[in-house]
Amino acid sequence: MRTEAAFEKSAEDGHEKAYLRIDNLWKNFGEFIALKDITMSVMEGEFICFLGPSGCGKTTLLRAIAGLDLQATGTIEQAGKDISNLPPAERDFGIVFQSYALFPNLTIEKNVAFGLENTGLAKPAITARVKELLELVGLPDQGKKYPAQLSGGQQQRIALARAIATSPGLLLLDEPLSALDAKVRVHLRHEVKELQRKLGITTVMVTHDQEEALSMADRIVVMNHGVIEQIGTPTDIYREPETLFVADFIGEMNQIAANYTPADGEEKPIVTIGNKSFVCAGAAGLRAGPVIAAIRPEDIIPHREDVGPLITEPENCLTLRIDEMEFLGSFWRTRLSGAELGEVELIADFSINAVRRLSMETGKQQVIEIPSNRLKVFAAKKGAA
Amino acid sequence: MSVTMNSGMPKGKPLSLRMGRDDFLMRAFVLAISLYLLLSLAFPLYAMLSKAFSTYRFDLSQIEFQVSDQAGAFSGDTVTAKTLNDKLKSISGDDLATSSDGRLSLVPLFPDFSFRSPVHYKIRGTTAETVYLVGSERHVGTDWLEVDSNTFRRVVLRPVQSIGFSNFTEYFSTPSLFESIENSILISLISTVITVSLAFAFAYALNRSCMRFKGVFRLIAMAPILVPSLLPGIALVYLFGNQGMLKEVMMGESIYGPYGIVIGSVFFTFPHAMIIITTALAISDARLYEAAVSLRASAWKTFWTVTIPGARYGLISAAFVVFNLVITDFGLPKVIGGQFNMLAVDIYKQVIGQQNFEMGAVVSVVLLMPAFIAFFVDRQVQKKQVALLSARSVVFDPKPNRKFDRLCFLYCSLIGIFIVGILGVCQFAALIKFWPYDLTLSLKNYNFDRMDGGGWGAYHNSIELAALTAIFGTLVIFIGAYMVDKTRGFRVGRTFFQLLAMLPMAIPGMVLGLAYIFFFNNPANPLNFLYGTMAILVIVTVTHFYTVSHLTAMTALKQMDNEFESVAASLKQPFYKLFARVTVPVCMPAILDIGIYLFVNAMTTVSAVVFLYSTDTTLASVAVLNMDDAGDIAPAAAMGMMIFYTNALARIIHLIISKGILKKTQAWRSR
Repeated sequence: MRTEAAFEKSAEDGHEKAYLRIDNLWKNFGEFIALKDITMSVMEGEFICFLGPSGCGKTTLLRAIAGLDLQATGTIEQAGKDISNLPPAERDFGIVFQSYALFPNLTIEKNVAFGLENTGLAKPAITARVKELLELVGLPDQGKKYPAQLSGGQQQRIALARAIATSPGLLLLDEPLSALDAKVRVHLRHEVKELQRKLGITTVMVTHDQEEALSMADRIVVMNHGVIEQIGTPTDIYREPETLFVADFIGEMNQIAANYTPADGEEKPIVTIGNKSFVCAGAAGLRAGPVIAAIRPEDIIPHREDVGPLITEPENCLTLRIDEMEFLGSFWRTRLSGAELGEVELIADFSINAVRRLSMETGKQQVIEIPSNRLKVFAAKKGAA
Repeated sequence: MSVTMNSGMPKGKPLSLRMGRDDFLMRAFVLAISLYLLLSLAFPLYAMLSKAFSTYRFDLSQIEFQVSDQAGAFSGDTVTAKTLNDKLKSISGDDLATSSDGRLSLVPLFPDFSFRSPVHYKIRGTTAETVYLVGSERHVGTDWLEVDSNTFRRVVLRPVQSIGFSNFTEYFSTPSLFESIENSILISLISTVITVSLAFAFAYALNRSCMRFKGVFRLIAMAPILVPSLLPGIALVYLFGNQGMLKEVMMGESIYGPYGIVIGSVFFTFPHAMIIITTALAISDARLYEAAVSLRASAWKTFWTVTIPGARYGLISAAFVVFNLVITDFGLPKVIGGQFNMLAVDIYKQVIGQQNFEMGAVVSVVLLMPAFIAFFVDRQVQKKQVALLSARSVVFDPKPNRKFDRLCFLYCSLIGIFIVGILGVCQFAALIKFWPYDLTLSLKNYNFDRMDGGGWGAYHNSIELAALTAIFGTLVIFIGAYMVDKTRGFRVGRTFFQLLAMLPMAIPGMVLGLAYIFFFNNPANPLNFLYGTMAILVIVTVTHFYTVSHLTAMTALKQMDNEFESVAASLKQPFYKLFARVTVPVCMPAILDIGIYLFVNAMTTVSAVVFLYSTDTTLASVAVLNMDDAGDIAPAAAMGMMIFYTNALARIIHLIISKGILKKTQAWRSR
């Protein structure tokens, strides 16, 4: 992966070292291949998210790192030590599950203290550490209660406190927020991230929620069908998706069947939608012919007129009719069409400000600009025209 | 889209797990408990099977002689026993067929034999496998042995074992034995139909009516579980026997035989059927009934299109369980069967009456067939039932209907009177001085020490057995279930264990008991020392009731979060700490249920232990049987009721302990 290589290079330059290294990892369940040649690494103190649809292998990869489900082949190295086939108890990690997995018959204090017992720590030291942890997760006075007496969000914080109690080198989070309701989830997202930053603990989180991944991760590993589609920072992944799957899975994306002409000397790469040609960002190695052009709805810029100083790329401007407007709270979603584009309908998101300023209305004509660096092209899917 | 193997997965040996300390320990546990089940179940059964297919015969051509003259000088020819017998015909063909313990004296082959004669005999085998005894001294092979006449009387030939179906041929050509198959199946079918119908109506009334005293009825219906299956037999004798209180009701028919067996079987299988059907009815979805009402279906139509299909798995399961219980039961037909032969009684008669162990083994194999079939069908049905259970449904809430509720009450009262009546008659019989001549009340029938059967000692032994079985059995079974559920990897070992754990349910108690004789009573077995001890009774009882307890434990364990072990491992805590601190406390209700189940069954079981008790370890349930056999019916009833009261008390104690422990360990359940 290009991005991965680039990152490693920069990481080496910055004297950062890979804390967790996964090499050529394969995992099968009978005939089904769950993980296919996974190679990646996690830097020390980094927050990594495995993101993908259900069944993509992200949880399987996490469980392989924990030693809960052994991979078929491939090596895993943690802190320079080969842990490929070590049992979980001999690895160094703390884990939090979606189900919290709190021991129901033990009080919160006892739950958190569970991992601290028999470690040579004296009773008062354990008590102090438990108190410190409960304060850390913001539940200092719940220690005497049982898990069932706490809310879901509180239980998950206790699970987190229990996982970091022994100060493990690696924190694994398996969809930790998925069982919670939306408000709590957003709140806890922030808290977990804060906590991770404070402790500087290397963290791997599995999630299917892209918002969660984008807001929490230092880097995201996007997975699909057991392979890594892309590794990169949230902005990388969002702004520069390397595959159509990533483009489609993360955020909204107009996907339009188009024709591509690669750059040729001075000529910029061109993509043709209907009868209209646009200058685009281009893609290395992509040959002329049918492609999928992709543009995010929020990247389409509205203008008052098709000439003027605000327009940077006049060749990427056109006038379309507003077919439909839908109010979605913080912005308007519009559907645009025009003779130039043929059958194609574009979805564009405009801010409330812009809609008011340009007095947009259903049925009106509207000038838009598609910035060439935001217009992506991908190889057309096989079988699709 | 599915990704398949051909997409470039590297060839070669997959990574193998490096086992941690926990893995070793847990596997050791799985192996240890597997070994226990092998020794207490698989090996004895194998011993029994090989017995069923073994026949023993004296082979006269295996041994040959030389006979000296009066001076002790050998000059005559060497002659085999066969040649001699062909001439003399002194040993008949029937005499040559024997059992594994057979010994054949060779004296009849020498008509002019006298033990005072100075004649000497030389003996040797014609094959290396020939075995003969001189007194109790064993000789093998083809070396000559010279003995005087006096010693020659003590020379006996041992039989040759051969493997084959001849025992079965003999069995199926003996009409009196063969008839038992027909009898057993017929009685079991009739009892099944009656019990399931009655239990269904009872369960329906409990579930779907608003009648009063539901709790009392439920309690009464459970009572038969607390007594040995032969107790209703004794009550029936008092009611309808030759001097019975209600003898006229029988209109000249004898209660000894099919009538008695069927009525008694209905009594003791009723609670089993009722529990299963109640569960099936309780999980049916109220929304279906609402839909039926909105479609204006009649009550009759709703019953046949919603109720019966919803409960069908329960009904099938109950039918097989009842069939299995009846066909494998031994105590009841023994007490009230009279001349009417049943398979389980045949085993007893062959073994205890005629000492024909091979034939006992053959009948056991025959009895295994229906039990096995019933077992497998039941397992299949149970799986489907579970699938129904997991669906989200709305609990049915019956609405009062005076006429229907009164009808239900009336019906349940009749069933209640039947059950309480049977128990009442037993208690009454136990307190009467001498039925029907002296009706004064007395406790003389409780003077067990003056009867056959083991006296009060037997009762104390039973309590010891029940307590040991409950403690030891619960430990083994729960730990076994935990290990098999939580051990990582090791799939072969775990599957093997699961299979072993399910097997006891398909093995009738009589068969298991007989198998134990073959296995443990073999002097060559290093475990032979267990024979005749309390330990072997505990082992056979635990094994006999293993499956149901194992399933209870598994159900409880499956309800625990699967990730507890992962969390504990990540926290570097050994599994046994998690087991002691979390698993056991959370599963305490199930553990106590297993304990009381084992206790009650150990108190009432007859079939598994009847071959295995010794004079030091007589049991109350067996004493009931033996006193009844000896004609001491009233003391038998008294002992039977002692078992009932003990079990009832045990249940009450179980309830109190449960409540107490639950309050302590399950405080977390309440919010």
